[in-house]
Amino acid sequence: MRDVVVVPTGTANLASMLAALRRVGALPRLARDPSDVADASHVVLPGVGSFGAAAAALRRAGLRDALVDRVSARKATLAVCVGMQLLAEASEESPGAGGLGVIAATVTRFPDGTQVPQIGWSSVEPASGLDLIHPGWAYFANSYRLPTVPQGWLQATSEHGGRYVSAILRGEVLACQFHPELSGVWGTSLIERWLASTGEAA
Amino acid sequence: MPARRVVPCLDIDDGRVVKGVRFSGLRDAGDPVESARVYEEQGADEIVLLDVSATPQGRAHNLGVVDRVRRVLSIPLTVGGGVRQVADAARLLEAGADKVGVNTAAVIRPELITEMSERFGAQCTVLAVDAARSDTGWEVVVESGSRRTGLDAVEWCAKAVSAGAGEILLTSWDRDGTGLGYDLDLVRAVCSRVSVPVIASGGAKTPEHIVDVLAAGAAAALVASILHDGVTTVSELKRQLIAAGVEVRP
Repeated sequence: MRDVVVVPTGTANLASMLAALRRVGALPRLARDPSDVADASHVVLPGVGSFGAAAAALRRAGLRDALVDRVSARKATLAVCVGMQLLAEASEESPGAGGLGVIAATVTRFPDGTQVPQIGWSSVEPASGLDLIHPGWAYFANSYRLPTVPQGWLQATSEHGGRYVSAILRGEVLACQFHPELSGVWGTSLIERWLASTGEAA
Repeated sequence: MPARRVVPCLDIDDGRVVKGVRFSGLRDAGDPVESARVYEEQGADEIVLLDVSATPQGRAHNLGVVDRVRRVLSIPLTVGGGVRQVADAARLLEAGADKVGVNTAAVIRPELITEMSERFGAQCTVLAVDAARSDTGWEVVVESGSRRTGLDAVEWCAKAVSAGAGEILLTSWDRDGTGLGYDLDLVRAVCSRVSVPVIASGGAKTPEHIVDVLAAGAAAALVASILHDGVTTVSELKRQLIAAGVEVRP
């Protein structure tokens, strides 16, 4: 049985992610303390709401350092939407708030003249090497995103006011700007593949 | 730009899907969980769940229905009806909603939009507007259409976006349930005034109606009666949209 731990960020509605994990046969539980984050075979960092509020919630809950260690060790982690953005150092959304800093970047807003928030389905195109993600359509709900591909990560891209990084993978850490838990059969199968192909490092 | 969306709407009364004409004469149209599941299979991009009797009856939304639909649904779920304060929205999100629509309560107290947007994000905060034609344009109607407010619908949408709404669910009261097609002038007026996505609602009967309203600027088309009554399916609508050159998720 894979031990799936979901990190509550306070602002996120966890119900959709928990429901998606249950539909693929996982029995997710919520992280209560750092050891949950450190020891689980799989950790999910969901994210709805603002960068600053989510970053503050991780600190308050004492889970930040355990997450940094886990992602740095490339252990099976799925970071979604604001969860992906939290891997960066900072975000234009919440000046002064610090992310996990695993990626040396500042999250930026979509360019002027682009519809914000982006709400809806866009196609996701994995670059070669990112076999975990199949080409397909994913659901997005965001106003900010990583401006560039971080060094050492595989990438998938999507289009909204120009091409941008919509998912990245390093080791067993998968970060998606889209919501796999809301992306229909395509998203469900991505979650299944991530669960099945990872978790050995833990 | 994301693909245009086809969004089935389930009006819920007492745990059942219902549909009427101009919000009245509600008839039974099935089980919400089964309907949501079937529409997702057909290619729906999102499901909207509106508890149409919550506000008229002065009660909160039926959370049990939200929870049961969430369990089977792997596409976004927008829920509205009976949201009077931030705590109501929080309960709906906990029960499984991804976005929360607010209507009457925001007209009474517009700060509610800002409060929801700050707590949950603009992408989670949907302003639902019911607009009826008036001498000068469109007027906001509330309490499931039973009360006129004197508020200009287009201006209200603009104000709500400034307050933090990330999406507008725009229903034409005049067209709701009639099959006469969307109120394209209303959609154009609102889309030219706000920058956020607009979900057009009220009056869909044919694929051409949907093509027209997406061409008028709507990011998504809400459909209800024609799906519930088995006149067409989401997959058939999408086939026709693709044939008409509209980009949708296949």
